[in-house]
Amino acid sequence: MRKGEAKWAWEEDGTKVVRSIARTGPGCHQGCGVLLYVKNEKLTKVEGDPEFPHNQGRLCSRCLALTQIVYHPDRLKYPMKRAGQKGEGKWERIPWEEAYGMIAQKFIEIKKKQGPESVIFCQGTGRDIGPYISKLAYSFGSPNKVTFGPLDGHACFAPKVTVLAATTGAFEVTDCAQFFPERYENINWRVPQCIMIWGNNPLTSNPDGFMGYWITECMKRGSEIIVVDPRRTWLATRAKIWLQIRPGTDAALALGMLNIIINEKLCDEEFIRKWTYGFAELTRRVQDYPLEKVSEITWIPKEKIIEASRLYATSKPAAIQWGVSIDQSKECVPAIHAIMSLWAITGNFDVPGGNVIKSQNFNLDDEIKNEFQAISEEQKEKKIGRGIYPLLDQWYLPAVGSVVIDQILTDIPYPIKAAWIQTTNTFACSAADAKRVYEAFKKLDFIVVVDLFMTPTAMAFADIVLPAATYAERDGIALTGGNSIFVGTTNKAIEPVGESKSDMEIILELGKRLNPQVWPWNNVQDMFSAVIKSMEITFEELREKGFAYDTFEYKKYEKGLLRPDKQAGFNTPTGKIELYSTVFEKCGLDPLPYFEEPPESPVSTPEISKDYPLVLTTGAKSWGFFHSEHRQIPILRYMNPDPITEIYPETAEKLGIKDGDWIYIETQHGRCQQRAKLTAGIHPRVIHSQHGWWFPEKPGPEPSLFGVWESNINLLLPSGWVGRSGFGYPFKSQMCRVYKKEES
Amino acid sequence: MPKYGLLIDYDFCTGCHVCEVACKQEHNRPPGDWGIHVMEVEPKIAGGKLYYFPFPTDHCNLCGKRIAKGLQPACVQHCQANVMKFGKIEELINYIQGKTKTVLWVPH
Repeated sequence: MRKGEAKWAWEEDGTKVVRSIARTGPGCHQGCGVLLYVKNEKLTKVEGDPEFPHNQGRLCSRCLALTQIVYHPDRLKYPMKRAGQKGEGKWERIPWEEAYGMIAQKFIEIKKKQGPESVIFCQGTGRDIGPYISKLAYSFGSPNKVTFGPLDGHACFAPKVTVLAATTGAFEVTDCAQFFPERYENINWRVPQCIMIWGNNPLTSNPDGFMGYWITECMKRGSEIIVVDPRRTWLATRAKIWLQIRPGTDAALALGMLNIIINEKLCDEEFIRKWTYGFAELTRRVQDYPLEKVSEITWIPKEKIIEASRLYATSKPAAIQWGVSIDQSKECVPAIHAIMSLWAITGNFDVPGGNVIKSQNFNLDDEIKNEFQAISEEQKEKKIGRGIYPLLDQWYLPAVGSVVIDQILTDIPYPIKAAWIQTTNTFACSAADAKRVYEAFKKLDFIVVVDLFMTPTAMAFADIVLPAATYAERDGIALTGGNSIFVGTTNKAIEPVGESKSDMEIILELGKRLNPQVWPWNNVQDMFSAVIKSMEITFEELREKGFAYDTFEYKKYEKGLLRPDKQAGFNTPTGKIELYSTVFEKCGLDPLPYFEEPPESPVSTPEISKDYPLVLTTGAKSWGFFHSEHRQIPILRYMNPDPITEIYPETAEKLGIKDGDWIYIETQHGRCQQRAKLTAGIHPRVIHSQHGWWFPEKPGPEPSLFGVWESNINLLLPSGWVGRSGFGYPFKSQMCRVYKKEES
Repeated sequence: MPKYGLLIDYDFCTGCHVCEVACKQEHNRPPGDWGIHVMEVEPKIAGGKLYYFPFPTDHCNLCGKRIAKGLQPACVQHCQANVMKFGKIEELINYIQGKTKTVLWVPH
């Protein structure tokens, strides 16, 4: 029996049920509707909400394992301060007041002595704290928000966002009817006839608010798929065409496809004439990428490239769904530009079932920019790395990872003294050249880490550790990660474990101590109302409503919906989609797409390749983990107990490696050990290694740091191989060798 | 009394393990001893198809308590690729018409 008035909380046979939207923590890029079951104040079960359009009742293993996460004995439960040497693992429990007091005192002291810019604020891709940590940093006076690790070349999502903003004035995504609450039933939506899945396995990675299983829904409704992946994913085995590409050569493939589509006149000429700029220049450029050459570069047979080009160009509508591999090449900007050009010249732009421009989502982005991301001109100039990369500066993105680390290590142009690290596991997760990142952070005087568990980062660096809450224990505004689709609320179902608090509450309470005037809200709910001000409702009203989808229209460029002057066209300098980018030109970059070999590859470094003959690609997601999280959750670890490196059987056999052997993977820059998995699902000349591995069951204190140096693939990747735009880093293409680890 | 079962369209099973975790949450059995278990058939040649199959074990009781409440079995509801259907056997048989790679499973 369902009892109770509220739409979002009721009672069922003595159990409280709370309807919520699962944002974070733990980390996730989705925003699935959930029903949280609570008995005797304890969370007993999490189910998918069948009434929520985004996930339609389904739920992945990480949410289904939430009770194991919430009540895990290793959860951080209280604020703690360091009681011994850094990294010794000795902690003393302190009250929140004391923790806030110590942090505020230290930060303000640095602000007075060295300036506020000497405190950096580090955020990962983990939890949805973007607006709040921005405000915390900027209102304190520091322009130094540092992202993802810090991540070199912003090699995750930001390159796509920036290139699409520069060349199309918007952000486009594959249309799986996600912008309609009625989803596939919407009368204007069409099933993509062809979906090209490029550089990701969306079923495991669910990138940036795009839920992978929308692809299988489209396949059941008739979509043919093309998969571009060096790994044989399930999708690759169900694809009409699988292009097993050499890692790091995506730009060449895209240029080769453009060559075929343009020369065979498979383009949408009317769309090109009306809405694009620079088609003649692009046509000339793609002549440099004939089929023979592209096939040689990419290792893909010629006939497959032709077949894929024709299938994509002649399917109407067709869409390209892409992933982080595109961002994770050194020259990723031209790769993104070339792939965008594919959907532009075929007229698959903002049409039903094509690549569509995301909805405005009630102008929340603008509201957040004004209220939470305001920064003074004076502060802006002090950002680490300001002036190095014009394209990065134009969108005011944080400094790239290696530039941050350079500055910490050299004190040039000014010293960094302290770090606030929230939602990121730095050298244990996404930071290339992990040892150097570790050494840099070790140099700082004062570090605070906010997380759910004691991570290698917290153990190695923290002077103060603050316990963060899971989504079951907090209220919040729920937007999907990356491209926001809807807005709704995360609703607290249980009291936080121990004294943990939500990330947002921690920021609000510290913010009040650092700069009270700009944090006027009495509680997080009032702060959330400020986030959704443009909707003209309060947090509580939105909570009652449940969720809201903004109106969504196709072909917005025809209707004057994209430009501030309300004219038809795109919000770019030329008013058109810029196949020839005037923005890149201004920034001193090539205005047209091109391909450049990875810095290390069988082609660019044949000498190195003699000793390191295999291409190493890293970082594909597995089912149970979100980056470096979830390793301590029994049911999720059960699925993937050890770090895995995939090797082709014959390649392994020649090296005397058997399935399940521990092996060393080694580049010129470093080595680590993982367990070999022999599979015909990878190219004979490529191996894939998992990222983000540490072992919560191993000793925490230095030097072990939960075994973080054993299997950390980022020990093998060098520092600073950033694309000339500032975007891009070759996480997916290094040269390596592997050998069996002899038992001692 | 009608007999109930699961119709499994395994051509679409992607091996996500959600059925296992949903089953574990619902029935709280020890690791690996769940009411459903994902089997993998990996092709030995590069071009072959990858198959997974959610194998219901002897522990499966089709989530009788959930059914009584009008809910779907935990694995059926949460399955990411939506490959399982719960229902009366004679109705499920109708779904098989014209399909391949589909298994109708009935508990003991």
